[in-house]
Amino acid sequence: MAERTIGLSVTRFRPGEDRQPVSQTFTIPYHDDWVVLDALQYIKDRHDGSLSFRWSCHMGVCGSCGMMVNGVPKLTCAAFLRDYFPNEVRVEPLANFPVIRDLVVDIDDFMHKLAEVKPYIIRDDLETAPVGFGHEFRQAPEEVDDYRQFSMCINCMLCYSACPVYGMEPRFLGPAAIALAHRYNMDSRDQGRNERMPVIGSSEGIWECTYIGECSVVCPKNVDPASAIQRTKLATTNDWFRSILMPWGKR
Amino acid sequence: MYKINTIEPLWWGLFGAGGFIAAFLLPVHMLVNGMLIPLGAAPQEAYSPQRLAALVSHPVVKLYLLALVSLPLFHWAHRFRYLLFDLGIHGGRTAIAFLCYGAAIVGTVVAAWTLVRV
Ligand code: SF4
Ligand code: FES
Repeated sequence: MAERTIGLSVTRFRPGEDRQPVSQTFTIPYHDDWVVLDALQYIKDRHDGSLSFRWSCHMGVCGSCGMMVNGVPKLTCAAFLRDYFPNEVRVEPLANFPVIRDLVVDIDDFMHKLAEVKPYIIRDDLETAPVGFGHEFRQAPEEVDDYRQFSMCINCMLCYSACPVYGMEPRFLGPAAIALAHRYNMDSRDQGRNERMPVIGSSEGIWECTYIGECSVVCPKNVDPASAIQRTKLATTNDWFRSILMPWGKR
Repeated sequence: MYKINTIEPLWWGLFGAGGFIAAFLLPVHMLVNGMLIPLGAAPQEAYSPQRLAALVSHPVVKLYLLALVSLPLFHWAHRFRYLLFDLGIHGGRTAIAFLCYGAAIVGTVVAAWTLVRV
């Protein structure tokens, strides 16, 4: 039996050479246990060593292999060729991000936004708290449940790629950054809520979201950023009305 | 407490409250006041024009009716503003917000004026 093959049309962009991205089609052997990332690796090994793409773990935890597969943001290490075979598979760089080369996008914007929401535990006594057994900041399992889902984010940026609002308004803080801010706000050990809220509650934060919900559809980790955004809208609105009605009140 | 650079919570709060009214209260009124009473399916005695007029003259009922009319207008305003953005109209966003919420405010004023006069 002749070897089965599959076509992969891959976006190429070589800065300095190409004026705009073009697509190049490769025909490669088909294996039903291959993922799109394997196919790209095959092309890099056998056809064109200059093909550039990011990956690291090959097991859906590092979040670096996100690309558009047939127009949908996917982790390419989790996108099986068998779900597309025998049709050609179109692989493009993540939408809504500037392309650096081939399938590699510029993630600086996201990295800055991530830093802005301070996604780490903030406490006054972090430095002074005694270290050692018995001095951990303890948490009950129910308290972990409050934020667990939102802590699963692997910063793959698929949600930014899927978000039409981010596509139109690049200043939008975006799904994952807000979900992570929410994750730390919900953490019983954290005291940094008042530092994060001005950032996520600003006009470039949650209020840009028109509740399209695509972020939650494409998220490979079921983080559900859309719900984090809705919950933050509710919390901010409560705080806002409270501060208007009871300006003397503190929380 | 923290400060934010926007009054969006006001619009969103009105949007949320309006959504509640539009989903739960408006259908009841549409059914009872809009269909059952005109069709004669409700006890005519209880809903005679005189009784309804007396009911509407009570300040608490007026307030209720104002909320019933006004809040769904703000719900619409917010929805419509976001819908235009989703449709790809992203120029003049301040002007659009102004027109949407402005329309809801005008509607609220008209409703209030009408209620004051009945
Ligand atoms: S929220 Fe989901 S889609 Fe967005 S970066 Fe995190 S893991 Fe990826
Ligand atoms: S290579 Fe790490 S998530 Fe795909």
